[in-house]
Amino acid sequence: MLSDHTVSILIFAGIDVIMALSFYLPASAGQLSAGQGGFMALGAYASAYLTVHHGAPFPLALAAGALVGGLVGLAVGFPALRLRGLYLVLVTFGFGEMVRVLFLNAPAFGGPAGFAGIPPATTIWYVLGLLVVLVYFFTRVSGSRMGRAFAALRDDEAAAEAMGVNATYVKLVAFAAGGVIAGLGGGLYAHYTLFIDPEAFGVGRSLFVMLYAVFGGLASFWGAVAGAAILSILPELLRWVKDWREILYGLLVLIMMLVRPQGLLDAALLARLSARGERAAARG
Amino acid sequence: MSEPLLAVDRLSRSFGKLVVLAGLDLSVEAGGIHAIIGPNGAGKTTFFNLVTGALSPDGGRIRFGGSDIAHLPAYRRTALGICRTFQNIRLFGSMTALENVLLGLHCRTRGGLLAPLLGVPFRRSPGEVAARERAVAVLETVGLAAKAHQSAVELPYGEQRRLEIARALASAPRLLLLDEPSAGMNPLETLELEALITQVNRRGVTILLIEHKMSLVMRLSKIVTVLNFGQKIAEAAPAEIQHDPRVIEAYLGS
Repeated sequence: MLSDHTVSILIFAGIDVIMALSFYLPASAGQLSAGQGGFMALGAYASAYLTVHHGAPFPLALAAGALVGGLVGLAVGFPALRLRGLYLVLVTFGFGEMVRVLFLNAPAFGGPAGFAGIPPATTIWYVLGLLVVLVYFFTRVSGSRMGRAFAALRDDEAAAEAMGVNATYVKLVAFAAGGVIAGLGGGLYAHYTLFIDPEAFGVGRSLFVMLYAVFGGLASFWGAVAGAAILSILPELLRWVKDWREILYGLLVLIMMLVRPQGLLDAALLARLSARGERAAARG
Repeated sequence: MSEPLLAVDRLSRSFGKLVVLAGLDLSVEAGGIHAIIGPNGAGKTTFFNLVTGALSPDGGRIRFGGSDIAHLPAYRRTALGICRTFQNIRLFGSMTALENVLLGLHCRTRGGLLAPLLGVPFRRSPGEVAARERAVAVLETVGLAAKAHQSAVELPYGEQRRLEIARALASAPRLLLLDEPSAGMNPLETLELEALITQVNRRGVTILLIEHKMSLVMRLSKIVTVLNFGQKIAEAAPAEIQHDPRVIEAYLGS
């Protein structure tokens, strides 16, 4: 069996993968969010509040956290409709900070002292189960009508609209879905760490989530999965270098982005891998 | 007399102090091939952008199939049956040829974000299968079925132009706007394009064509409108337009 330590690493890595997917979904429609930590905070606080103060069953609390993330994602999507690129990054960054400050000043949620006494409920099976569902969801979406509309918006918004895509609607769906996934990640996180405070969901969190997806490559959701898994497990593998760990981590990321700015899994590599898969399937 | 398919009244649009369209009146009868010519900067592409909804007009009316569409968003106009190609090719770069055509089917198909979760796992939904069949059929009409799974932007130039037409055709337009479809094509590609436009028109799609190659305009169109400085300066059958002194002056200068 796996040691507790290993299980803990896997659970945090799994949550990081879920968060990276929450960034990837709107990004696949060309909407870059630097505020996924904010959605994660909403999911974490909302679900923890329900289990602690209302004795809600964990699955229900998790779903409620996802719902809050989705609704707020919809609300953030509206101002984001008029913004593009760097401006959108700035607005979503501002949103993330707003959520952090909001919880900092909310006594009902513990304020700066944090929110403690959350019952342990997140297990490796919850994390793996949700990951399987999400991976299935993303494989299905990528070859679907909505998945293509996302890709069309990212490639050329004006051409997508001319071809009949309702850009407003599609962007709002992408933002809301990203919020739902981040909300799920937050709920899982809260019921594993058992203590949350606003600082856990700040700018650093949002930026790491973005880094995971970009490091892995934005050509496919597999990039987000691979990027988050590698970058969240890597520090554990680097423990032997002790004090040099953070520097080495940063250096590896830097080298990687210099060598493969398009990310680990780019379109060419994905095409090669899927061609090999099809050949193997044909032989088998 | 029946109402024209597209009727534009006193359409105007400026960019800052630059008046690009100054009260343009233009009607397109259903069923034909209607060409728009004029010197660079005459307002031809702006006119297309106003009709398709990429830009909104400063004033004037746009009626399509009897209803006012001047203030509808672009995607609603596509659903009503107006689709276009672009002067500078704008295919979706991350997609294959087939996927580009499938995107053209967007407004003729249904299914939201969660739809793909329903149905048999690891099997394409019946809707998706039907959409793919339609898309392949559209690719066949432009002769690109064999290239369905190639990256759209890696196709040769002439094929990219044909693929853009296929993508627009997938949306089942009643009015197809082609913005300089022969630009950059060699004589052989231009001939193939001519045959394709004729074939599409015979299937009942009305065509509005911006084109600089006069030989193509002369052979294809039933009626030619000449724009200059945002206004219509002449409109007639192609044979007459060539000898119109106003047209000669617009092109050659007085």
